[in-house]
Amino acid sequence: MTINFSNALGVHEQALLLRDQRSTILASNIANTDTPGYKARDFDFASVLRGRMGMGAEEGLAGSGSTQRLALQTSNAGHISNTVSTFSDDDLLYRTPAQPSLDGNTVDEQLENAAFARNALEHQASFQFLNGKFTGLIKALRGE
Amino acid sequence: MSLMSIFDISGSAMSAQSIRLNATASNMANANSAAGSADAVYKARYPVFSAVQSALAGGGAVDPFALQAADSGKGVQVLGMMESEAPLQPRYEPEHPLADADGYVFYPNVNVVEEMTNMISSSRSFQANVDVMSAARTMMQRVLSLGQM
Repeated sequence: MTINFSNALGVHEQALLLRDQRSTILASNIANTDTPGYKARDFDFASVLRGRMGMGAEEGLAGSGSTQRLALQTSNAGHISNTVSTFSDDDLLYRTPAQPSLDGNTVDEQLENAAFARNALEHQASFQFLNGKFTGLIKALRGE
Repeated sequence: MSLMSIFDISGSAMSAQSIRLNATASNMANANSAAGSADAVYKARYPVFSAVQSALAGGGAVDPFALQAADSGKGVQVLGMMESEAPLQPRYEPEHPLADADGYVFYPNVNVVEEMTNMISSSRSFQANVDVMSAARTMMQRVLSLGQM
């Protein structure tokens, strides 16, 4: 019997990593609030997570179709799948400014702050799920 | 670890905002510094901000292979200071010791109201970045406790 970590941890490992990366992107948006011409960026969490988990279109149709990535079919070991866990620039989208400013900056400070706070909270949630999985594994190993 | 780069990003933004606040302080302090000629008078100065890849924001040696698309975080760098081109204020004050032959002294082109708004804006942005940094610290401490019973 072996312990398969990706089976045991489920979606939470990837979710935590993605939350982590999203916080960096939101932090750069907040940092560049006063930089002329800076365009605020973000990514669609659900579709990127689906891509990371290697789910094809048929499994993930519940989400919005616009940023849905189609998985390439791999029938040979030499084929390269497009659902590998890399984070490309294509995943990063641009925010539509609600109140465009004269200097071309599209950062809405309130919106970014709210998104950052929410992301931090969701990061904590993902962390607790992941921590729970590990605690469960440890309990199982000890057999107490 | 991308949480680490938040410290670089927010740190560069805080440093840029403090340079801006410094310039504001200098402008406000010299708002009434008169001079005898248009060349010698103090001119309002402002920093020019620009976005920079976070790997460069730390100021250390740059590994070109470290700049991947995943490292999309951008910090702020100050490209330089610019002097305002706004018209100066010549005033007729013949009793002033610095007055020129026609009796004029020159006052800086500092708009105090504009400087006040700049001050509020930079201190608010500074505050936002401090909040981001402390949130990142909390997130990181939490991750470090992973697997502890």
